[in-house]
Amino acid sequence: MFRSPALRSFRMAAWLGWQIESNWTDPFLFAIYSIIKPLAAAGILVVMYRVVTQQAFDTPMFAYLYLGNAFYQYVSAVTTGVSWAVIDDREHYRTLKYIYVAPLNIPLYLFGRGIARFLTTTFAVLIIIAFGVWWLKMPLSLASIDWPLFLVSLLLGTIMLALVGLILAGVTLLTARHSYYIGDAVAGALFLFTGAIFPLEVLPAYLRPIGYALPITYWLELMRRALVGHVAQAFPTFSQVSNSQLLGLLALMTLALGLISWVVFRWCEQRAREQGLIDYTSNY
Amino acid sequence: MSAATATTPIPKNSGWRLFLQTVIGRAYPRVIGQQREKSWLIFEVLLPLINVAAYVYVYRAIGAPEDYVGFVVIGGAMIAFWMNVLWSMSSQLYWEKEQGNLALYIIAPTSLMAILLGMAIGGMIATLLRAGAIIALGTLLFNVHYVVINPWQLLAVFALTMVALYGLGMMTASVFLLFSREAWHYVNLAMEPVYLLSGFYFPLKNLGFWVALGASIIPLSLGLDAMRQLAFRSGPSLGFLSVPLEIAMLSVLSVVFLIAARWLLATLERLAREEARLTENRR
Repeated sequence: MFRSPALRSFRMAAWLGWQIESNWTDPFLFAIYSIIKPLAAAGILVVMYRVVTQQAFDTPMFAYLYLGNAFYQYVSAVTTGVSWAVIDDREHYRTLKYIYVAPLNIPLYLFGRGIARFLTTTFAVLIIIAFGVWWLKMPLSLASIDWPLFLVSLLLGTIMLALVGLILAGVTLLTARHSYYIGDAVAGALFLFTGAIFPLEVLPAYLRPIGYALPITYWLELMRRALVGHVAQAFPTFSQVSNSQLLGLLALMTLALGLISWVVFRWCEQRAREQGLIDYTSNY
Repeated sequence: MSAATATTPIPKNSGWRLFLQTVIGRAYPRVIGQQREKSWLIFEVLLPLINVAAYVYVYRAIGAPEDYVGFVVIGGAMIAFWMNVLWSMSSQLYWEKEQGNLALYIIAPTSLMAILLGMAIGGMIATLLRAGAIIALGTLLFNVHYVVINPWQLLAVFALTMVALYGLGMMTASVFLLFSREAWHYVNLAMEPVYLLSGFYFPLKNLGFWVALGASIIPLSLGLDAMRQLAFRSGPSLGFLSVPLEIAMLSVLSVVFLIAARWLLATLERLAREEARLTENRR
């Protein structure tokens, strides 16, 4: 089974990605590095919330924004992890042309490169949630978690984010080095529209359709419902939509995204080959 | 081309003229490059503005006073300067080393301090345009109201903050001469934690006295706090320290960082030469 080019591409890329991400320092420092950024991002929201509400951390609003922000860490990590590999291999290590001549499945290779960031982000998300429960008394208990919903949503969401990353990787094939933060930039932009840290009703009415068109919105809602169902349903955005309907919507959108990302990536890849951009170093 | 033209001696500058020429020469690509590469409008104005909007809507969702919206807009704009210092000052010599330009800088018959100063001034001018655009658009979109009683003091605080901040950037750029692959990670690490510690999205005093005092080593912490006190009605009641005290501290930081940058640059350049790190490339 491990001889299949597709699986081998994924497995070796995951190992390579992990080495690149982690071997620049010792494991302890790497662990600190991996959690400090997401914890600080959560800390900003905690302080903002505390300043205004006088530490009312047991409210549905706090759980909504805290969990939304925690899971949103995956958006930046997975999309950047997949798309960044193009810049890293093409401009930094200058190995992209060798990757292309090797018997590899390129999209699966790129997905594999995103695995390392997925793993470190999972570690960070667990710590953020633990901090929220133990220190901030966020209403969440292990017994009340809907585990099947949680696991299925997490899997579907990760695939969906990797597909977004593949689209960005395709775009990155056609752009210069200075677009290295395209994953972070797109994640930052979508932060506003996906209802990650506030209910969509807070947005002006003309912006809400953008949120409804994004699969990340449904994924975040599912993750909240799986962990704290009663809190998530306290907001009107999706109160009329059942869990299975949300899951169906996310699955459909992921399927559509799969087709779109395949077409976009292949088109960008063909353009990059035609224009000689596979071994391009922009040195901008 | 005539023989007379071909042999016309090129006037050479030396001393302060050469220093100034180097500063202008290094600042030039920073400013002109921005005009040629229009994608910054999307990556450095539109996307940060969307990010700022997300924090504005958090405040609106939890019913914060309207001045907090202004705090977020100003903080979001100042992030542009921090990003510029991190990615285009601190780690710049590391990038130059990666691309093989650092050795050329060292070989050139000019001062490395002038090169750093040129990077700082060029970056500051280019970023000023981006930050200005974020403030203008943020103010219009979210209807931010400013109450500026002393605009000169506000301008002085901003200028001092910039001197201290870019002095810090020059200082850390020297330290990065010794770094290799880990440089990128250290810079990456100095983003969200600094957004938190410097109070980019909330008043600094909410971190508590000792944490806020520790965070004051980053000039943007004090600069932002003073600017908010001078620009918003509720600013003085939410300030960490008095504005005159913050101005005095920023002045001290400016002098200390610039002197330290000069000393560190000389010391670490010597060390990097001795340890053969100026041309190493540990990918």
